[in-house]
Amino acid sequence: MKKIIWSIICVLLACAGLGYLSYRLQKPSVEAKKQNLIIYNWGDYLDPNLITKFEKQTGYHVVYETFDSNEAMYTKIKQGGTAYDITVPSDYMVSKMKKAHLLDKIDRDKIPNLKYIGTSFLKKSFDPNNDYSIPYFWGTLGIVYNDKYIKKGSITSWNDLWRKKYRRQILLIDSARDAMGLSLASMGYSMNSTNNLKLKLAQTKLNGLGNNIKAIIADEMKMYMIQNEAAIGVTWSGEAHEMMESNSHLHYVIPKPASNLWFDNLVIPKTAKNKKAAYEFINFMLEPENAAQNAKYIGYATPNTAAQKLLPKKTRNDRQFYPSAKTLSHLQVYQDLGNKVTQEYNDLFLEFKMYAR
Amino acid sequence: MTDKKTRTLFIVPYLLWIILFVILPMLLILWYSLTDSSHHFTLNNFVQFFRNGIFLRMMLNSFWYAFLITLVTLLISYPAAYFLTRVKNSQIWLLLIILPTWINLLLKAYAFIGIFSNGGLFNQFLHLFGIGPVNFLFTDFAFIFVATYIEIPFMILPIYSAIKDINPAVVQASEDLGASRWQTFKYILWPLSWPGVESGIQAIFIPSLSLFMLTRLIGGNRVITLGTAIEEYFMTTMNWNMGATIGVVLIFLMVVVMLITGRKRRRKKVNL
Repeated sequence: MKKIIWSIICVLLACAGLGYLSYRLQKPSVEAKKQNLIIYNWGDYLDPNLITKFEKQTGYHVVYETFDSNEAMYTKIKQGGTAYDITVPSDYMVSKMKKAHLLDKIDRDKIPNLKYIGTSFLKKSFDPNNDYSIPYFWGTLGIVYNDKYIKKGSITSWNDLWRKKYRRQILLIDSARDAMGLSLASMGYSMNSTNNLKLKLAQTKLNGLGNNIKAIIADEMKMYMIQNEAAIGVTWSGEAHEMMESNSHLHYVIPKPASNLWFDNLVIPKTAKNKKAAYEFINFMLEPENAAQNAKYIGYATPNTAAQKLLPKKTRNDRQFYPSAKTLSHLQVYQDLGNKVTQEYNDLFLEFKMYAR
Repeated sequence: MTDKKTRTLFIVPYLLWIILFVILPMLLILWYSLTDSSHHFTLNNFVQFFRNGIFLRMMLNSFWYAFLITLVTLLISYPAAYFLTRVKNSQIWLLLIILPTWINLLLKAYAFIGIFSNGGLFNQFLHLFGIGPVNFLFTDFAFIFVATYIEIPFMILPIYSAIKDINPAVVQASEDLGASRWQTFKYILWPLSWPGVESGIQAIFIPSLSLFMLTRLIGGNRVITLGTAIEEYFMTTMNWNMGATIGVVLIFLMVVVMLITGRKRRRKKVNL
């Protein structure tokens, strides 16, 4: 009995000690500055040096929190526990948040640096007047392949994935919109199709891909592609860029005939407490010099045309990540299709995963 | 009088815990499963579950994999537990079996990814015999292997204590009376150790029905169970009502499994 009591006391003491320590570590950061700017962003999606620079320039204290999916972010914003001042939803999520009245209207006069954003990245279907969102990064959905296993240039379109010789070679991104979308695109349909028959057709075609699929995964794909574990990966350009930095055998293509064009956007949620700082931050991030530094750090494509010019020539002329105007014109932005159709996409995808063996 | 009072006081934290973290969440799940997204009462979720072939197939799938995992675990664990009761330093052996459970499940899963991958330990070993890289990762074999590895301690421990509780005199008596080894096992060891086997099965079969982390990391989402579906409905499509419905069905199935394994024991007792 005595032994038990002693061990309980030990555990309690250890917990109390650790608790006090973490409290001490957190305290100065909360106390020191009068005003906080709370940013809620994707993991590793902002150069930390820029945060320091912003803090020095403006005197605000930045609290940086991260999420790993649009849906997780949506749930947290909706619950409203923390008063986030800035968050970074993707395109379809912008319209979903807008419909749920979670976003604050942006006063464009307060963001003079908006002029640096290329016109082709503004006024997109998810926010036709940019009343709620400012583009942050953009990219595409495409195919990464390893030239150790696959001849360079032999993959150019979605239909190439269905080749018999790629049996158990493909890693597919675990996302209903993208998987169904690539199947729809391969047949020339819109990636935003809502027609039940077309969706069924897309699923049937996708089922035919079952034999070629090695696994349906998300973040882990990066690791596998870098380690030469699979020959082909279907993923987003940003992810592909990170893979290619660690493995020179990898190449990225935007497949024909069409693919997805996505945007991550800076928005101000309704819960924001420090809107002034939020505007200052958006403006700061749109400054060409800062945008270029951020793009260099993250490797995604920036919509900031002035910043693009500051990037090394090799980067900005890389057709894999800054596609030509002609390719761009074939790309489609996802629209929010409403709960019912989104559910249908997901059900069909789940069914595909079920039967794809 | 005061004795009774202190006793009720002792039970308060337990009751609070049970109500807050067991009963309320269950009621909440039930409530979600019986409503639609606008909080109106409906049985539609259940109708959809049983009319839609996918869910039924997923259920069968879950059962099949859970059955395989339990069977393989039992086949490995029973002899191991028996062996443990006969060795000298059984405490050390037991410690060695429990030790892996101190390591985080996710870490173990990632370790297996390394072992099964193309350049991993398994393939390096096969390479010695000139067998080219075989694809282990993302196969049913890998999934069941890892699940079994993780579950083994939870099967060995109850069986071990059950066998240990058997009076050695009973086994000796059966041998003295001329029973063969098989007969001793069938009529003495197995029935007497059944309670251990039963709690082992319950500890493994039921959680295996809803594994979703392993189906994803090791199975590469090529093995789909009800757990995968629940995760998808809650996290991706945010259709909590359907997700809760699957949860309710799963809870119901688990109760059925408990009842089936529990009833057998009662009958055994009557026979003795």
